[in-house]
Amino acid sequence: MKRLRLVPTGLHLPFMDFHRIAVGVSVVLFIGSIALLLLSGLNFGIDFKGGTLIEIRTPQAADLAAVRSELNALDVGSIALQEFGSASDVLIRLPLLAGDESVQQAAIDRIQATLNGMYPDIEYRRVEFVGPQVSGELIEKGAQAVLVALVLMMIYIWFRFEWQFGVGAVLALAHDVGLTIGVFSLTRIEFDLPVVAALLTIVGYSMNDTVVVYDRIRENLRKYKQQPVRGVIDRSLNDTLSRTVMTSVTTMLALFALWLFGGAVIAPFVLAMIWGVLIGTYSSLFVAAPVLLYLRPVRVSDEREGLPDTP
Amino acid sequence: MRYFPTWKIWIVVLVSVLGLAFAAPNLLSRDLAHELPTWLPHKQVSLGLDLSGGAHLLLQIDEAAWRDGRLAWLEGNVRRTLRGERIGVRVTGGDDSHRQFTLRNADDAAAAARELDGLADDFTITVDETGTIIAAFTEVGLEAGLGDAIERTLEVLRGRIDPEGVLEPVITRQGRDRILVQVPGVDDTRVLRSRLGQTAKLTFHLVDQDTSVAAAEAGQLPVGSVLMPGREQPGQSHVLRAEILVAGESLESAAASFDQGRPVVAFSFDGVGAARFCDVTTENVGRLLAIVLDGVVISAPRINGPICQGSGIITGSFTVFETQELALLLRAGALPVPLAVVEERTVGPTLGADSIEAGKIAAIVSFAAVIVFMIACYGTLGAFANVALITNLILLMGLLSLLQATLTLPGIAGIVLTVGMAVDANVLIFERIREEQRHGRTILNAVETGFRRAMTTILDANITTAVAAFLLFFLGSGPVRGFGATLAIGILTSMFTAMLLTRLLTHVWLARYRPKTLGI
Repeated sequence: MKRLRLVPTGLHLPFMDFHRIAVGVSVVLFIGSIALLLLSGLNFGIDFKGGTLIEIRTPQAADLAAVRSELNALDVGSIALQEFGSASDVLIRLPLLAGDESVQQAAIDRIQATLNGMYPDIEYRRVEFVGPQVSGELIEKGAQAVLVALVLMMIYIWFRFEWQFGVGAVLALAHDVGLTIGVFSLTRIEFDLPVVAALLTIVGYSMNDTVVVYDRIRENLRKYKQQPVRGVIDRSLNDTLSRTVMTSVTTMLALFALWLFGGAVIAPFVLAMIWGVLIGTYSSLFVAAPVLLYLRPVRVSDEREGLPDTP
Repeated sequence: MRYFPTWKIWIVVLVSVLGLAFAAPNLLSRDLAHELPTWLPHKQVSLGLDLSGGAHLLLQIDEAAWRDGRLAWLEGNVRRTLRGERIGVRVTGGDDSHRQFTLRNADDAAAAARELDGLADDFTITVDETGTIIAAFTEVGLEAGLGDAIERTLEVLRGRIDPEGVLEPVITRQGRDRILVQVPGVDDTRVLRSRLGQTAKLTFHLVDQDTSVAAAEAGQLPVGSVLMPGREQPGQSHVLRAEILVAGESLESAAASFDQGRPVVAFSFDGVGAARFCDVTTENVGRLLAIVLDGVVISAPRINGPICQGSGIITGSFTVFETQELALLLRAGALPVPLAVVEERTVGPTLGADSIEAGKIAAIVSFAAVIVFMIACYGTLGAFANVALITNLILLMGLLSLLQATLTLPGIAGIVLTVGMAVDANVLIFERIREEQRHGRTILNAVETGFRRAMTTILDANITTAVAAFLLFFLGSGPVRGFGATLAIGILTSMFTAMLLTRLLTHVWLARYRPKTLGI
């Protein structure tokens, strides 16, 4: 029976021929992402910005204009309305108001009272309120978690591989996190707690991919001591290409299923993951590997296996 | 590969069967699962509020207000104690952690020190020879006092949120100064919010009828009187004597009732309260008695005669709903410390059900796609990987049920993601076997080398994902934590199934059927 092969056997793609272009593009994109982040920031959701989000479902299609004018008449700050999925589902956003939490609570009460008056059979699908204290803590925790993840990965890779690999892996990770944040800054997709969770998962996934490639490079560096590093890297990337592609595809299958059927609530999370898997796969091949080309890991004397030095 | 120890086979089989046993109750309805005998695995995966629907509120206690109250109590106590010994004292300073007093006569310092010794456990009180007294919270006393206030608050909240004991709310202290309230099945939180937000401190005061409200508002407030807003007409105030005659703590019961067709709250006092109320009303016939709730005058009826039967009614322009709520708050008691809602996440039942449905469909679709894909790519070995994948899911559900981890919407995403990523280990192994075969190894040799060589890579790769998963716990508030849980458990179970179960199946297949090719 003929098996499906995503990567033909005996393929020898000269990956490292493109290292200048690839690294150049990555550097430009990374700098662009950072610049974008500094210039226009992220479109923080209520987790990080604080504020209120109410998702309602009305019996018939909601009259957005009427709802808007009724709610604006309450004078509780600039209310934003958005159809969410269908004409009878509406998302109402309320920024953080000046004053303490009780002011917010009172505003939510008044909004709900008004909505109940307009639509007696209204259903509250979701009411989320995050106060200023909690949102500040969540920003802090989120940033901490991502940083700690990067540091732990660094420690692990430094423990497991030579320093050149460590540098490459960390650069690849920084690249992935940077570009993902850049995409969120560019697209203005809401950046929320689940997106940070996605970032952490991307860090894990990208590291996973890089480690598989690095494992093979290290193995081949020992095996083919006479060959130039460049050739060994190319060979290793080709050796693992089939696996790299297969795993990306199965993960993508799962992610696309989530994106298509998982509902609007987790869509930003899934989008971040899809982008992260793409970029993570790319960075293993075109960021992590070229770094080794530049840093030239020491090939002689492997203490762990006690191999003799080659002349 | 030639040798696969029997004990390993048994472990693989045993773990798989146990996983199935623990996962099985999830197939039953919730009621049916409850009826299972306790010696059988009967726990089901507990759904997070974002799936089951319900209210999640994070409350913060107003520590400043609590400190104020405690310091005011201390101040009164110091004055009273020293006045009893005819020692003059006045307050000369203080902040939110201490009060400073100065004796009128520094010679009283020794006597004051003696009297104040052991006045309050949570303060250190020092008196120096110049007659300055400093009373400051002790670290331990402050924390203990706060902890005690929170414990009492939890009790009051239980009474307020779930008076009938049917909602199964979770009300717990969170961190130093917060309380987490989770109420399943509640989607309109306005009632909940108003029940949590009100302190419900009920007090009775005499109205100061010697001063006009206008004079008081102009700043001519007699000593011992206070100005309080009224409930009936916004902007209208009352001048009351500050002294609390009777307070809500003396209430024995409260219930919504009617008086001449108007909704009212009927209450009755305990023994001490009743006696006190009787005295007060006897001494002040003809005067106005103000009923004050949280600093707002609800009504101020005239005392027509002594009220000594220990009960009364609170009138005001109430709706029936308002009297019911007020009676409930009075029954549960006043909050020892004011609360503020700092975070709310409420999910209605239909959104929760939609999320479960969406998660199910996404899981089934991704599952089917991956299964087809694996067979298309690896044939028989792919089928083994699929058996491992299914077992992996069963183990995952079993562990989630056993550990009573909470399944959330991101948690379902974690499971779906695990489906995609779990096959990674098998992909690594199969690709390695392919390569080894290409290098001219025999089937058996290639399989064995493939499994062995792929092992370190799999370990390396999974440890990195595990690190990320554990950090999600750290980050974790509710839903995100659920994601971390499923991801971490998924990594664990997928390593087991990929490295042991697939290996076992391959071993049995090779030994029994001796295939000519692996078909990959």
